Amino acid sequence: MPGASSQPSGKELRITPIRNGTVIDHIPSGLALEVLKVLKVENLDRDSEVSVALHVRSQRMGWKDIVKVENMELSPQKSNAIALIAPTATISIIRDYKVREKHPVSLPDRLVGVLKCPNPNCITNHGEPVESEFEVVRRRPLAVRCAYCERSMEEFLPHLAR
Amino acid sequence: MSLKGRDVISIRDLSRSEILEVLNAARHLIPVAEGKKRLETLDGRLLALAFFEPSTRTRLSFETAMQRMGGKVITIADPTVSSVAKGETLSDTVRMLSCYADALVLRHPYEGASRLAAQLSDKPVVNAGDGAGQHPTQTLLDLATMLERFGTLSGLRVVLMGDLRYGRTVHSLAHALGVFGAELVLASPPSLRLPEEVHRDLDQMGAKVREEEHLDRAVKDADVLYVTRIQKERFGDLAEYARVSASYRFDPALLQKVKSTFIVMHPLPRVAEIPPEVDRTPHAAYFRQAFLAVPVRMALLSLILEGRTGARG
Repeated sequence: MPGASSQPSGKELRITPIRNGTVIDHIPSGLALEVLKVLKVENLDRDSEVSVALHVRSQRMGWKDIVKVENMELSPQKSNAIALIAPTATISIIRDYKVREKHPVSLPDRLVGVLKCPNPNCITNHGEPVESEFEVVRRRPLAVRCAYCERSMEEFLPHLAR
Repeated sequence: MSLKGRDVISIRDLSRSEILEVLNAARHLIPVAEGKKRLETLDGRLLALAFFEPSTRTRLSFETAMQRMGGKVITIADPTVSSVAKGETLSDTVRMLSCYADALVLRHPYEGASRLAAQLSDKPVVNAGDGAGQHPTQTLLDLATMLERFGTLSGLRVVLMGDLRYGRTVHSLAHALGVFGAELVLASPPSLRLPEEVHRDLDQMGAKVREEEHLDRAVKDADVLYVTRIQKERFGDLAEYARVSASYRFDPALLQKVKSTFIVMHPLPRVAEIPPEVDRTPHAAYFRQAFLAVPVRMALLSLILEGRTGARG
């Protein structure tokens, strides 16, 4: 497998191996910074390293981005958000310098608390104690529908719950 | 599956056979709705009506339906004088009402409000319109009107005219007509066409749909013309509104070209879409449609609260 996740090639990519953490590989080129926003890396402790590789050659994708974050494992909500904006991404969990788990992101049938409904008139945007909820109505191309107002959407980046 | 204890938030919540169950029950309740027979099926039952935006017709027809079946109602008709005015969330209001009443009917300006209410209430919730969202009992009474006149919904050719883009009640109706195998003819200004997602929904069902910009061609061979109001607030340019709304007025001269059984429907209130001359013709079905709101809501409330209507048939 090419890339920095399984065989870190520090010389080429200048990304050092991490002891514990998460590598998100095969992010469509140009979307790594959006993935960082989802991860909320600003909330990590000061001793954790965050590495980002932009526009890296990939056999499978042509070009890709990679994000590597020390001392963080993804919550299901963050994993779902990454699946929405970077459906080709793979996630590796690193423990003690070894890849313990590796899997492509996958999208469940229902997304809770991941997106903000784009409909300004939706009840979920009006101060009620309720989390947004969307159901996947079509996978290719991806379309989701708000479980409350039933509005469909096919564009996700501007509507991620930050 | 029985309707007893069920929430009715969107027409999608009801299967084809459940819709027919409600429509069939409504037909048998017409003499009760007319005051010619008495039924006390809902004696001892209390319905909470929470109307967070004005709606005389829908609220009164629910109140009438409940009282004709022997039940009673409590009502929030003016949220400006209730705890809502003090900043209470809808969630808290719903929890309170579901402690008091056996079922809850909600009208709210925000879309999805009834779905939220249904999650919070342990009593059944009926959506009486949420913003530009769903209004399933309107769809039921629209179907009841067509079924009463034609005896079937399958194969009917229904022209949907006016604002097909923003009027979500027309989307629910289009979905239901698709479920029953009616043929849809869409007659709307280019800027107010049916949204792509509704088209896709109809395509998935295999519904027959075609667009027809000219109303005279659309109504020829049609069984039903369903007219919706073109709302001024949808237009930034008032001159454009005046032009579009003038071109989507039903011209009584068109009645010369239609089938003898053809009917005109409208969810009311109408403004100028249908001139009053049409009222006196046998084609006008909108006042019958408004009346059928009562037996349809009687049937739905009885089936939700008791699992039966108590009417024979």
